[in-house]
Amino acid sequence: MVGVTMTVNGEAVVGEVENRTLLVHFLRENLQLTGTHVGCDTSQCGACVVQVDGASVKACAMLAVQADGCQVATIEGLNDGKTLHPMQQAFMDHHGLQCGFCTPGMVMSALDIVQRHGNTVDEATIRHELEGNLCRCTGYHNIVNAIAAGAAAMGDETESAEV
Amino acid sequence: MYQFEYHKPASIEAAIELMNEAEDGKFIAGGQTMLPTMKHRLASPTDLVDLGKIEGLQSVRVDAETVTIGAMTTHAAVAASVDIRQAIPALAALAGNIGDPAVRNRGTLGGSIANNDPAADYPAALIALNAIVQTNSREIAAEDFFTGMFETALEENEIITQVRFACPTQASYQKFANPASRYAIAGVFAANFSSGLRIGVTGATAVAHRGARLEAALAGKQDPAAIAAALQGVALPVEKMNNDIHASAEYRADLVKTLTRKAVLACL
Repeated sequence: MVGVTMTVNGEAVVGEVENRTLLVHFLRENLQLTGTHVGCDTSQCGACVVQVDGASVKACAMLAVQADGCQVATIEGLNDGKTLHPMQQAFMDHHGLQCGFCTPGMVMSALDIVQRHGNTVDEATIRHELEGNLCRCTGYHNIVNAIAAGAAAMGDETESAEV
Repeated sequence: MYQFEYHKPASIEAAIELMNEAEDGKFIAGGQTMLPTMKHRLASPTDLVDLGKIEGLQSVRVDAETVTIGAMTTHAAVAASVDIRQAIPALAALAGNIGDPAVRNRGTLGGSIANNDPAADYPAALIALNAIVQTNSREIAAEDFFTGMFETALEENEIITQVRFACPTQASYQKFANPASRYAIAGVFAANFSSGLRIGVTGATAVAHRGARLEAALAGKQDPAAIAAALQGVALPVEKMNNDIHASAEYRADLVKTLTRKAVLACL
């Protein structure tokens, strides 16, 4: 076992892991942050997407020891447990989920899309950027709508915060 | 995944020393193939030597004639590089269509070409752009580098440090992607140089190769109708094409010509 130290959702955490422990298992089993899901074993589904040092990664395709010293953001860090993040609210408003299993990864990828493409990101870009996230319920259309609305809402929030 | 020792050396020398000491070690770059392969127990190295903390392997340098990219540069970084987008836009576009965004944030140029998946995108670009693969000990021309399915000219414990691409006047990469994996069922990279057209083909055969027959047929052709007619007359060796659940050999042979036409027309 080896010790790892990282910052997860703004809090410093330490843990003991095996070298082979995947980041997603460290988050789920050591830290009990079970919002990050494991949907496949081929790194294709995207249910485990988190951000490491500001970039989206599949937490099933990164070792916990590789994230040692990194800043990690998961779905649990998006809100205070009382008010949904604008992107989460947009998924709710636009029926962007049914079973919800893929949703944490979808939302984390959505935030990455907004980060890189801005608040007025278009539908074609959203669809291309979602290539690494699979959903077996919705047919994607409502997810795409939710991300466009969530991106716009995040822009409004930034604007009002600046005023 | 089986247990292994994990090392994160700070220099190339240290990485090679660790590998020399390991019983059955593997280098890990971005890990986007390595880790899934280990999860499936298709690989079970005794040691993983992570190249992620070695300084100087993530640089991008562009001059009038070449683009030089450090081996640990991620696909996302290549796709987003303003300098690369200006010098060889087709190369940045290729990197921006590998896998998906999260994979592109981890996967690297060096890792991709060292793995040499027959359906990977980069090998086509290296061959078409007459690239030189630089390692800790020597330089290898792209056409000599990709030697077979998942096989390269790399010696045991040799580390790729950077790849130097020649800047073409025009280039285009066209791939027909598998809808699940985004790997190329076939992919064609066409590049125009003052010396002529160069074509790299991936996905179609056991290992990426130079499209010599295609280049010969298309030499000097500038008119879309002439290009289409010239390609009609090319007989690609169907027996050398991959034949699997994704596409038959005949289909791939046809696909290569179609993608070549699209890529060459995009270069006009």
